[in-house]
Amino acid sequence: MNLELLFQYIVAGITYGTIYAVVAIGFNIIYNATGIINFAQGEFVMLGGMTAVTLSGFLPLPAAILGAVIITMMIGGLVEIVFIRWLKSPSVLRMIIITIGLSIVIREVALHIWGEGVRALPYFSGTSVSSINLWGVFISPQVLWVIGISSVMVFFLSLFFNYTLTGRQMRACAANRDAARLCGINAGNMVTLSFMLSAAIGALGGCIVSPITYVQYDSGTPLAIKGFTVAILGGLGNSTAAVAAGMILGILESFSIWVLPAAYKDVVSITILLAILFIRPSGIFGDAEAARLKEY
Amino acid sequence: MKKLAIMVLAAVLAFAAASPCRAADTIKIGAILAVTGPASNLGAPEARTLEMLVDDMNAKGGISGKKIQLIMKDSASSPEKAVSFAKQLIEEEKVFAIIGPSTSGETMAIKNIAEEGKTILLSCAAAEVIVNPVAAHVFKVAPKDSFAVDMIFEQMKKMKISKIGVLSSNTGFGKAGKEQVEKRAPGHGIQIVASEVYDKAATDLTAEVTKMKSANVQAILNWSIEPAQAIVIKNARQIGFKGPIFQSHGFGNIKYAEAAGPAAEGVIFPASRLLIADSLPKNNPQKAVLIKYKKDYELKCHGEECSTFGGHAYDALMILARAIKEKGFDRAAVRSAIENMKGFVGTAGIFNFSPSDHNGLDMKAFEMLTVRHGKFAPLSK
Repeated sequence: MNLELLFQYIVAGITYGTIYAVVAIGFNIIYNATGIINFAQGEFVMLGGMTAVTLSGFLPLPAAILGAVIITMMIGGLVEIVFIRWLKSPSVLRMIIITIGLSIVIREVALHIWGEGVRALPYFSGTSVSSINLWGVFISPQVLWVIGISSVMVFFLSLFFNYTLTGRQMRACAANRDAARLCGINAGNMVTLSFMLSAAIGALGGCIVSPITYVQYDSGTPLAIKGFTVAILGGLGNSTAAVAAGMILGILESFSIWVLPAAYKDVVSITILLAILFIRPSGIFGDAEAARLKEY
Repeated sequence: MKKLAIMVLAAVLAFAAASPCRAADTIKIGAILAVTGPASNLGAPEARTLEMLVDDMNAKGGISGKKIQLIMKDSASSPEKAVSFAKQLIEEEKVFAIIGPSTSGETMAIKNIAEEGKTILLSCAAAEVIVNPVAAHVFKVAPKDSFAVDMIFEQMKKMKISKIGVLSSNTGFGKAGKEQVEKRAPGHGIQIVASEVYDKAATDLTAEVTKMKSANVQAILNWSIEPAQAIVIKNARQIGFKGPIFQSHGFGNIKYAEAAGPAAEGVIFPASRLLIADSLPKNNPQKAVLIKYKKDYELKCHGEECSTFGGHAYDALMILARAIKEKGFDRAAVRSAIENMKGFVGTAGIFNFSPSDHNGLDMKAFEMLTVRHGKFAPLSK
């Protein structure tokens, strides 16, 4: 394998890794605030992409993306208020089944609204054939957009969680909900906010990646599975680790083409998920002790 | 209370017994199509075509006086669903014939079920294995993939291409096509230097086309029916691959060209003349049928352009209708009518069935097409 091929594979791996990391961060935010694994996270990504395509029919592209993110955010908040809020200390199993059910419902609704066809946003810059030649590696300018926007998003999220009052309140709820309530933090609202934030992140991810892959009414589920794998790989709840784990999974998948037929790409990610769950369920970067101490 | 329950039960049973009397005036035709899922660009036009034709025919009194009851099932291109729907249609609904499925993998899954249930199956899928070995009740209306492969290789020889990379999907169609490609390549002097199989739901194929490019192939041949067809083209152009890209006859829906955008310019593929109906010479025997179908479909489907796949559903239903008009409603008679039908002008070509050929099409059914300015156009010789 020559150097050029190596870089081409790495770039392909990073592109996908970023998307998986974005989905994983969405999982982590909700998990941190509520202990729920939201299996409808992939659907938020799909909704973001589909809504943006519909809006781009009569709005300029940046406005369409902003509109899609806001609408998906509202849907995320609505989902929480209607389905989750009124449950009194639900068991983990119940929550998982509820979120899986929600993902199926959202998928069918999307099928009815948008039909079965594939949609894609126009490329943010250039067309489907433009490619930039960086040191012998050809990449589409959209790849740079994906990596750029995701990095900016992760950066702003960390600023939000570390330096704003609301962000700190959400972290407080994640650490110990009762103590947070005692401090006067409205835990219920924090949960809604976490859903809205996750939905917004997912939607933005869906928009930036839709020119290079497509969104279809059922493209949410495989993404959710890969995102979940990445979240577990990095340690559930740890968003910075999710980014690193996303890169690892993306690059491993990309290089697997070299040794396995391409049809086995998904097998690679599921095998990694199973391996991690058997060997080290707290994730590569997670702390086994701390994970056991968390309670909801 | 008990008396009331017994009376209600009796009424329900009476109703149930009464319904078959109404059913005697209709003929049940089943359809298993991949309306949603990876093959939706095949199944959706097929479903719309069937609905359009059945409405038309019923408005004119049906087939030989009986109205058609179309029972449509969406298999989402899953062979497992196709199997359960086939059993349901044959055993419970006792349909006269089944049109579909849309894909080769599903058809192979239900081939034996249709044969054992003695129900006529008119498949819209292309793989040769559907009619080879011949099963008495199983027919297909899509041209053979082996013809498509031969046409593509002839074109490659004209363009002096000898080293190619082959990409195929892991569906029945992709696997059958790959097999035909590998079998026929040496005969045409073509060498396959790289071959990759990808998952039917794949969303990015950059790594695969990179592998092809680094193997210095002169052309890439992609054999699949999923949206991945468009993704291959985009990824290949993005990594700077300049050689020609060939597709299978599964490319016959303009949506694939639209999805790939400017990257689709110059893609070469074999397809039926339906896609270029307007530019056919006046004396072409298929022109009248093609133009009428095209107009009807585009009118009914709000300007959506017709595709070769909708044409397969048209051919299947019209062949069945002609056989029923000739021989009435006896299944065995209709089956042998289809088997011996000659000179049927359909959208995919002119059909000449025989007991050993349940496909009825030859290589003349295909025309080499390309994409020019986002539209399908004949590849100028």
